Amino acid sequence: MRHRQAIALLALVGLFVALYLWLHALGFGGAIKCGAAGGCETVQTSQWAVFLGLPVAFYGVVGYCAVVGVALASLRPAALAERRWNVMLVALASVGLLFTIYLTYLELFVIHAICRWCVGSAAIITAIWVVSLLSLRSPATHTDRAVSPPPRDRPA
Amino acid sequence: MNRFYAIVAVLAVVLGLAVFALLRAGGGTAPAAAAGPPPTVADDGFRGYTLGQGSAPVEIAEYVDFECPVCASFATIQMPTIKDQLINTGRVRWRFRDYPLPIHKYSRFAAHAAQCAGAQGHYFDMQDQLFTHHQWAQTGKDPSDLFRSLAQAAGVDLKAYDTCMEAGRYAQRVEFSRQEGDSLRVDGTPTFFANGKKLDFRRLPGSDAFKVIVDSIIAHSPPKPKPQEEHEHLRH
Repeated sequence: MRHRQAIALLALVGLFVALYLWLHALGFGGAIKCGAAGGCETVQTSQWAVFLGLPVAFYGVVGYCAVVGVALASLRPAALAERRWNVMLVALASVGLLFTIYLTYLELFVIHAICRWCVGSAAIITAIWVVSLLSLRSPATHTDRAVSPPPRDRPA
Repeated sequence: MNRFYAIVAVLAVVLGLAVFALLRAGGGTAPAAAAGPPPTVADDGFRGYTLGQGSAPVEIAEYVDFECPVCASFATIQMPTIKDQLINTGRVRWRFRDYPLPIHKYSRFAAHAAQCAGAQGHYFDMQDQLFTHHQWAQTGKDPSDLFRSLAQAAGVDLKAYDTCMEAGRYAQRVEFSRQEGDSLRVDGTPTFFANGKKLDFRRLPGSDAFKVIVDSIIAHSPPKPKPQEEHEHLRH
């Protein structure tokens, strides 16, 4: 359960990072807050900032929303002992990690600029992926006392 | 478990406020009518300022955003070599078209400032100023005062410049260029077209990349008939 809670919290942070970049891409606010180097501007204004007609950050928002949703759903008492939720989290995190690897490759070797927000998101999705793998190795072994079945009375 | 949901709720609120603060901190006051899109768009027949000879066999059209750091980098690092090797040698004519991206608060304003300078014959001087002193694009602050200073340094008469900017005289022209870029599937800046064909680069091109493209276009162009050949043809 701790793994799923950690994933939910990490994905929540990632969701707001992606949300900020997406809102900026839509024209809300002014210059992006990214330090003096301005790597975020370079990345955000490149042709690779749009994927299939939508800002790349939008996919981050959708992906993190999915992870938060699945992680919270997996924390329901009825779902705590079910291993399939761990598999779903690993699958989602793996898709996110692969997309992040592709974007990081673009930043390093094509655009030649690093966006700090993107690095932050990459660190978060990597952490989510690692934690989800750990949860797969030790599936639902910890349950909350509040939701554990009460001890049965034994005949004397 | 309830404690965990309380943590999630508090974290969501804190992060939401942080995003709101970040967006607000990056904002500013739009300086003039020239900073925003015009209510209507009309074609005034203008198709961008050009560098190079009208008879050049290759025309490169560049869709540019003045607030874009890659455009500034290209203009200050690659363009001098391109001018020397391709434009000044009569092989290329370079056309500048505006494509202010919506994520940039002041790129449209900068494009308009360049057009107002252009009305006085100082478009390229103003373009140099805007790209060379590109720190303005990183601050998010209202650059109207800075642009006046840059215009002055570019040799622009400030009284006419102020009138032009306050009236938003070229707002429709800038928007027309942007819409033209949309119709040509411009998806970022800078985007280049060579003789009308969109160029796809995997990375920001350098002067060598353009030299290769121009050489290829010239090599594959049908040779112009020489005057003597024309004369012989007429004899038959």
